[in-house]
This record gives sequence, structure tokens and C-alpha cells, in this order.
Amino acid sequence: MIKKRSYFRTRSLPYLLILPQILITVTFFYWPALQGLVASFQLSDPFGLRTRFVWFDNYVALFTDPLYLKSIMTTLLFSGSVALVSICVGLFLATMANRALRLTAVTRTLLIWPYAIAPAISGILWLFLLHPSYGVIAIFLEKWFGLDWNPLLQGSHAMLMIVLASSWKNISYNFVFFLAGLQAVPHSLIEAAAMDGAGPFRRFWTITFPLLSPTMFFVTVMTIIFSFFESFGIIHTVTQGGPGGATNILVYKVYQDGFVGLNLGSSSAQSIVLMALIILITVLQFKYVERKVQYTG
Amino acid sequence: MSKAKCLWLFLGFCMLIGSANSVFAKPIEIHWWHAMRGARGETVQKIVDSFNNSQSEYKVIPTYKGEYDEVVNAGIAAVRAGKQPHILQVFEVGTQTMMLSGAIYPVYQLMGDQGYNIDWSQYLQPVLSYYMNADGKLMSMPFNSSTPVMYYNVDLFKKAGLPLLSKDKPVTWDEMGEITAKLVASGVEGGLVTAWQSWTQVENYSAMHNLPFASKANGYEGLDTELLINNDKVVNHIARLKSWMADKRFYYGGQKYQGPKSEFIAQNAGLYIDSISGIAKLQSAVKDFTWDIAPLPVESWMKEPQNSIIGGASLWVFKGLPEKDYAGVAAFLNHLAGTESQVLWHKETGYFPITLAAYQQLKADGYYKEYPYQEVGIKQLTRREPTKISRGLRLGYFIQIRNIINEELELVWNGTKTPQAAMDSAVARSNEKLREFERTYK
Amino acid sequence: MMVEKTPALDLFTYGALIAGIAVVGFPIFYAIVAATLPLEEVARVPMPLIPGDQLFANLATAWNRGDLGTQLLNSFIMAGGITFGKIVVSLFGAFSIVYFDYRLRVVAFATVFCTLMLPVEVRILPTYEMAANLFGPLQPLWDALGLNGLISWFAGHDISVKLEFSLLDSYAGLILPLTASATCTFLFRQFFLTIPEELCEAAKMDGASPMTFFWKILVPLSKTNIAALVVIEFVYGWNQYLWPLLITTDPKMTTAVIGLKHLLPSPEDPPDWHIAMAGALIVVLPPVLVVLVMQRWFVKGLVEREK
Repeated sequence: MIKKRSYFRTRSLPYLLILPQILITVTFFYWPALQGLVASFQLSDPFGLRTRFVWFDNYVALFTDPLYLKSIMTTLLFSGSVALVSICVGLFLATMANRALRLTAVTRTLLIWPYAIAPAISGILWLFLLHPSYGVIAIFLEKWFGLDWNPLLQGSHAMLMIVLASSWKNISYNFVFFLAGLQAVPHSLIEAAAMDGAGPFRRFWTITFPLLSPTMFFVTVMTIIFSFFESFGIIHTVTQGGPGGATNILVYKVYQDGFVGLNLGSSSAQSIVLMALIILITVLQFKYVERKVQYTG
Repeated sequence: MSKAKCLWLFLGFCMLIGSANSVFAKPIEIHWWHAMRGARGETVQKIVDSFNNSQSEYKVIPTYKGEYDEVVNAGIAAVRAGKQPHILQVFEVGTQTMMLSGAIYPVYQLMGDQGYNIDWSQYLQPVLSYYMNADGKLMSMPFNSSTPVMYYNVDLFKKAGLPLLSKDKPVTWDEMGEITAKLVASGVEGGLVTAWQSWTQVENYSAMHNLPFASKANGYEGLDTELLINNDKVVNHIARLKSWMADKRFYYGGQKYQGPKSEFIAQNAGLYIDSISGIAKLQSAVKDFTWDIAPLPVESWMKEPQNSIIGGASLWVFKGLPEKDYAGVAAFLNHLAGTESQVLWHKETGYFPITLAAYQQLKADGYYKEYPYQEVGIKQLTRREPTKISRGLRLGYFIQIRNIINEELELVWNGTKTPQAAMDSAVARSNEKLREFERTYK
Repeated sequence: MMVEKTPALDLFTYGALIAGIAVVGFPIFYAIVAATLPLEEVARVPMPLIPGDQLFANLATAWNRGDLGTQLLNSFIMAGGITFGKIVVSLFGAFSIVYFDYRLRVVAFATVFCTLMLPVEVRILPTYEMAANLFGPLQPLWDALGLNGLISWFAGHDISVKLEFSLLDSYAGLILPLTASATCTFLFRQFFLTIPEELCEAAKMDGASPMTFFWKILVPLSKTNIAALVVIEFVYGWNQYLWPLLITTDPKMTTAVIGLKHLLPSPEDPPDWHIAMAGALIVVLPPVLVVLVMQRWFVKGLVEREK
């Protein structure tokens, strides 16, 4: 850990200063996480009057349940699609904005605001656009592509709906990062390449793109975390996991099984699995960041 | 602040919390958490007001705690924190969980302890039986109960040259095939839609045809119950509906934002199966056509169809509260079951009255002459004494099981699974949940 | 950064940008149009794209029907509380970790930073229980210590103390669990580490106490970082969904984002999308304004997260 050389030497003050943070973290993080861990090894009635320790039964049940495996696949498909769409569009728009020298700031203002819109509201806006009986895009799809648009019955349609609503919200976030990353690319490198006769596209792929890769990695991680958790609001307002479980992603299943179905053991086990997954992603990210630091000296 | 001072302050704080709700409370407050919003909530308030004004010893305080599942969660959290309300409204699928919770004071016992000598035979039996234990003792007070019926568009029926449906004698499903075919042929977009598909097409279908939904008398007689809905009769029924989808004699209106009710209101469907509690909404929303109500269709081989079963919610009393409060709780439940409250409740919300006295009163007042369709549900519900199979369902994790059935049915409708495969899978998945539930309560 | 003249590419650039802005803006444009139309127009298929004149009537209907006044106030209190709480707590925390050397420093650091990426969603169930009874975990301890006896003796009669303090349906419940996050502390720590040593040395030479240094030097230096975090955390707090959904059941405590769901036309109701969209506009306005007005700090703050 990096240290400051000049320290204050007061004895109790540092403890007092860190106390609120520790208190809040322990009360609302460690203690619940521990409880969750314990509950994941138990079968318990909702009222907590009967609990039985069952070792790994909840986990075994989880990983032998085809629906849980399906939910994992659904989550991967969902996050993958959201990452793909929002990163491609975000990068594309950032590259364009970066080229439009005088208009860069204006463009940013016009593209940044969806960041401020709650996922749940993003869901509502897109529900209105894709509503089977009123949605203007739904009508368009039916008229021009002859598609029988029915997100109530077709899992793929429902999935498309939540992917669009989530990606839309995330484009602005990715855009901001890519634009900052692009603006940090040294001008001299580009000019040198231009003098060597490299066209704009080649310059992008051989110089800009590799330099953007740390940003790319970071943005991917953040988008995946977003689509794993914060998309809850979108699912809850738009599809509620349906039809036939086609949009039942992991975090929604935790909620459905735990709070609606009152199956505490299974829901806790699912939380622990999610927690482990995020810790894994965090560790990976820090490893990568460390390496990045080494590369740049 | 010194350490000692801190300690005293803390102790004082705890005592404040510990004693605040036991002293200086006059009249005694009875807390009731419910899920009745909007117009229904206003009727709840009226009933409560009439109780509060009728005496000065107790004061019932009703609180809206959100949707059904939110109310259950609020109740559970409260019990775990030792701050339970006196009365909690729980939807019918939560019955088993509440019954086994160990946190409740059974209603029959409460009323007995408080000296109310209630003749339970004077209640509507199919309503009571849903909330009785295996010995026929009432565990919770039925509150809002409904049953599914079939709504139909009178104008479209006339246009298609169809005779209007009887309010007593159910049509058969074979006749339904012809009716829906004629409707579609006459230019209506679709024939039949249904709300709450698990409740109307599986649970009620089984009850009316006296087909066990689950073993052990639908779960009343043991936690080791298993679902039985993959039998030929149910599977054939689902397969028939699926085959009707080809020419839109039946179609799926979804469970959400579009919904079967709006299909019926938009006259896209001529027939529509839903709870009787939908009457109020139709009365206000439908402006441009006439509609009426008929009993649910039955199979032609079922000469004497059983009663349909109820949906809705009942009131549970929690134990562990001060002894003197329970006299008030009992008095309030007694008031609630009174003819005056029940008549008001039925008239304003469409939910069933729970006593025969209230039913007779409504008849005597000529209410059903004025609104004949209001009586279809109650007649269908009481047309026969409930059997062990038609008295209700008693399953653990029922909320999840309903979700499973809904999911599997959706997979039939969109052609992913055959009806047999879907019902088999629904049974297998549900049985796993039932085993898990059984292990929890062993 | 145009190195050479490429008119075709320039044309494409501007074309693509205009198209991009139009596509990204379409959902909100459509919502604005819907919010200006009367019911008959909104229910027309397809809905016309020319705004009507019912905007204020619709806004008023949404405001009253959804009880948005109360809910917006709740959202402000929640978002403000989370923002303020997180920033204050993490300023102190980062100060403690960077500028002091004490035995448990590394432990404290690790304890806080393990929570960096874990959102409230993954520990939602036990956190809910925790919030339902904050002192629940202390009850066994209380009983074990026989403190009931002590209190009974003190009070002179039998008292059984049940430790209970519920955060359900309270502002504290909406705010506190969401302030348990290490992101702000991490950012402040990173920033403090870039501040030259000399400043601290100089302060010490002048005989300034740690807290004087903190208030007079550190906090003013952190102004832009604080501004950036205010934007990010305000938006974060305002847009919370799952937690307020669970912890509040009293309609008077609901936040605006949750409340909006009740404005969505249910299958039974007429398709009041104009009201729902008018409500949505009201609810998204505060965070959008904050982001747009404080754009510069916001972008800086966001991008700094990466480092």
C-alpha cells in the first residue's frame, strides 16, 4: 500500500474518523453478508421459527435446477447483448464526436443525459415505444418487417425489449469514457501516422483502438455489473421475468424466490453465488489495472 | 460524554422503546395491515369506522401495506422483529405458510376463547373450507373472496347469431368450441381470453370436475403431497385450448400490461374468463357494448359439476400480543362478519358475502333482481357441497408453484412445449418445491 | 483532431452524430409529445408526432394522481441524504487512512475496500432483515448478559426489554444501508495521495491540528472532486429502485421512481399513457438537470473512477 511519509501523530483521532465508515460497513454490509452466508446453508421458514442446517443442499438444488442454469444463460445473453450494443454505439458516437472538433462539447451535452434516467423509467419509456398495442416501434416492426411483435408470448421479443432499454441507458455512460479516452490519445502519434500515409481508418485500428483498451476493459466491467444488478428496475417494470422465464435474470430470481416466493434458503444461496461472481470480477479487474500500471511505468 | 452517561442514556432509550406501546393506550388500538387500495380501501375504512363508532373500548387502525406479497413480507418482518400487527390480510396462496408459521392465533380458537359461539354452518362453506385445517377448524377469517366466471359480449353474440348464455346452467366445452368458432366466423378478432390462467384453467377446472389437483386431498392431509395436474383430463383441456389458438378461437392475452381484460373491453375477444371482482371495473370501463356473465364451462361428461373454488385473501390473527387486545380483535372480526358489513362489502366490491344471512338479506332486498349477474358466481360457488377435492388447495410455496404453472402454460401457448410435456414439467418442478417445503417444516 | 481534409468522412461524421443524437433522443422526445396530448390522441394508433397543448393539464393530473409532491420530497431527502452521508463519511475515512499511521490502519483499509464493487442487490435479503430490526443481532447478547435483571432491579419491577429499532418506512432506512459503499472513500484516497507532502509538512510546522488541516486545506482542495461526487451520488440515490421498493410500504414514504409504476396504465384502465409520460418527465427532471448543469465536474468525476 502506498504510504504518506508525513503523518499526524494523534492517537485516538484516526479511529474516531474511520469509525462511521466502519460502523456503516459492518452493520449494513458484513453482518448481512454473514447472515446471508449462514442462511444459504439452512432451510428456514419465512418467520424464522424453524431452521434446519442442511449443508450444501441449497447449492446442490440450485445447480441441478435446469431453470437456474437457464437463468444463468439468460443473464449472460442479456449482459453480453447490452455490453455489445452499448459499447459499440458508445465507441462509435465518441469517435464521431471526437472528430467533430467544434461540436464535441455540444454533442456531449446532447448525449449525456440518459445517464441520469433511472433504469426503471428507461424501462417505462421503452415499454411505451414497444407496447404491443400502442408502441410506435412495435407498429413499425409489424408494418415494415411483417413481424408478429408479441413480447407477452415470445421470449426473444421480451429479451430484445429489455436489451434496448438497458443499452440505451448505458450508451451515454460509455460515450463519456470513450470520449475522454480518445481525447487523451497523444496528437503527435496520430500526426506521425498520417505522415506515414495511414488513412483515418487504419489510424483508428492501429493506434487509437489499442490505446483505448484499458478504457474498453473498464467500461465492459461496469456495463456487466450494471446489467447484472441495476437492470432490476427495467425487468420489474417491463417483463417481470416473463414470458416463460425468458427474461428472468439472476438478480430478479433472487427477488422473486426470496421476497415473493418466501424461499429464503434458495434465495440466500443465489445471493452468495452472485456475490462470489462479483468478487471474481473485481479481482480480475484489479489484476488488470495493476498490470496496466506496470506497462505505463 | 462519559462512558457511564452513555450507558444510562442507552438503557433509557431501550426502556422507552420497550414500554412505549403498553401504557397509556386508551382506547386499545388494534392494528390491521391490508392490501386494499383505491375504492376497496375506502370500503375497508367505512367498515372500520362503523366498528370504531359503535364502541369506545377499541380502535381499529387499518394500514395499507402495499400489494399482497408486500403485505406478507411486511408481516413476516414484523413478526421477526416482535412488532406484529393484530391482524394481517394474506392472499389465499399464502394460507399454508401462515397456517404452519407457529405465529398465529387460529380464528376458531380466538372466537371460542373470547366467548363467541359461532355457528360456522351459517357461513358459505366453499369460502370457509379454503381456510380450514384438516379437522375442519377455521384458521383465518375469510375476507375478500371471489371465484372465476365467464364474461361475454352480448352485442357480438347477437351479431354472430348466438343465443345468450344461461346464468345457471354452464355451457359445455364442446359447445364453447362451436360458440367461439361462430364468433370468429362473424368477424370478431378472437374468441376466448382468460385471466389468471393457473387459477381459472387448472385449479378451478380441476375442482369443478372433481379432479385432484394434488395428492393427500390437495395437500390438506399432509405435507408429503404431490401435484397431479399432468392427468389426461387437464392435459386434454390445455391441448384443446392450444388447438383453438390456430384460428384464434382462443388466444393468450398475457398476464401483464396488455392483459385479457383490455382485449375484452376493446371487443377483440367475445368471451373472457376472470374473477367476479372484475365486475366493478367492467361497469365503469365498458361504454359501448352490453356484456353479461355466465358460469364457467364444464365438460359434457361432468353431469353434476362441483363448486368452483375461491381466490382472494383472509385475515390472520397473530399471537403474542397483550391478552386484553384479543377481546377487541374478536369483537372486530365479529363485526366484520356481521350482515351489515358483509352486505356493504359485497355491494361495493363484488367480493362474496361470507355468511348465509348476508346472502339471504341481499336476496330479500332484491339486489340480485337488479343485478342478476352478481349472483352467477355465488351460485356457481355454492351449487354443491364441497368435496375433499373441491374445497380448496393447501400447498407450500404455492406462489412459486403458480408461477411455475404460468410459465409452463406460456411455453405451451408459444409452441415451445407440448401440453403433456409442459404439465409433466410443471408437476416435477412443483414437487421439488413441495419437498423442500416439507423438509423445512419437518 | 482532423489531420487531413476528408470532406466525405466529415460529412459522414456529422451525419452519424445527428442520427445518433436523434436515435438516443427519440424515447424522450416521444415521451414529451405523448405528455402534451389528450387521451384520444395518445390512444390513436400510431400516435401522432406533433405535440398537442395538454402538457400542463397532463402534468397536473400526473402530479395529483401519483401524489408526486410527497414522493419527490422523499426522493430529494433520500438522494440528498445518501449524497451527503457518503461524502462526509468517506472524506473522514480517507483522511484517516491517508494521513494517520495506526495499528489497525491496514485492517480498516481492507475492511472498507472489500465492499468496493458489491451492490446492495446481492445482500438484499439479510440487509432487509437487518433494517427490519437493527438491534436484532444484539438481542442474544443482551439476554446472555442478563441485562433484563439489571433493568428490572433498577426499575423496581419486572421489565423484559426487547431490543428493537425498525428502519422500515423511515428515511434512515432509505438512506443508511445505501451509504455503505467504498467508492467515494476510494476516490478521495486516490486524490489525497496526489496532494504534495509539503502541504501537510507546512501545516504541521505551523502547529495546525489535524482537523484544522482537514478543514482549511484538504476540503477546499477537494472541491472539484466533491462536486463530481455530488452529481454521481445524487443520480445514484435518486434512481434507486429495489431497496426503496422493499423497505417502504407506506405510500407516504414511497420515492418518485417507485411511485411512477402506479401511474402506468394497468390492463383494466384506459390507456393513460399521456399521464404516465407526464409523470415520467417530472421524475427524471431533477437528476437530468443536475447532470446537465454540473456536466463538467460530472464527467471529470466519472472518468476519474477509472483510475
